Amino acid sequence: MLIGCVIGDVVATQKVPSHEGRKILVVQPLHLDGTDRGDPVLALDAVSAGIGDRVLLTTEGFSAMTAVGRPNSPIDSAVIGVIDSVDLHEV
Amino acid sequence: MLLGRIIGNVVCTMKDPALSGQKLLIVQPLDRQGHDKGRPVIALDAVGAGAGETIYWCRGKEASFPFLPANLPTEATIVGIVDSVNIPVN
Repeated sequence: MLIGCVIGDVVATQKVPSHEGRKILVVQPLHLDGTDRGDPVLALDAVSAGIGDRVLLTTEGFSAMTAVGRPNSPIDSAVIGVIDSVDLHEV
Repeated sequence: MLLGRIIGNVVCTMKDPALSGQKLLIVQPLDRQGHDKGRPVIALDAVGAGAGETIYWCRGKEASFPFLPANLPTEATIVGIVDSVNIPVN
């Protein structure tokens, strides 16, 4: 899983039926210091996240499908949590 | 999933029998501004997408799931046609 920031959303009328009723969020993965990590991805929303939220992003199909509740559907990433805080321990 | 734009199609006469009747499209991945990003890939079409349209597509094993119960050998499938992308500036 990765930490990401929801930077936008996508509207698609014509799509596979298993994506109906779920928000499509544009999520920018982040490094632990908050800087961008690679390019944004589209993820289905499993937790009612919104634009500006810092979220937990899964980028593997099985976990994404399970979280969204749509088994055997073409979902390769999903937002599965809204992050309250991240604590980094000094080593 | 990723954003992309349809920039062409591929025709194969000799192919895996499971792919017969499926449309093969060339997808140019896009960045958040809608500019080309990276190199094009070939993807199957699950939603009736056409030339020039902005779409979103799925990678990996999940890409074959729109075609269940058939098991198609695909690693990329177009799963939606994008009407609009809303990315507020900060």
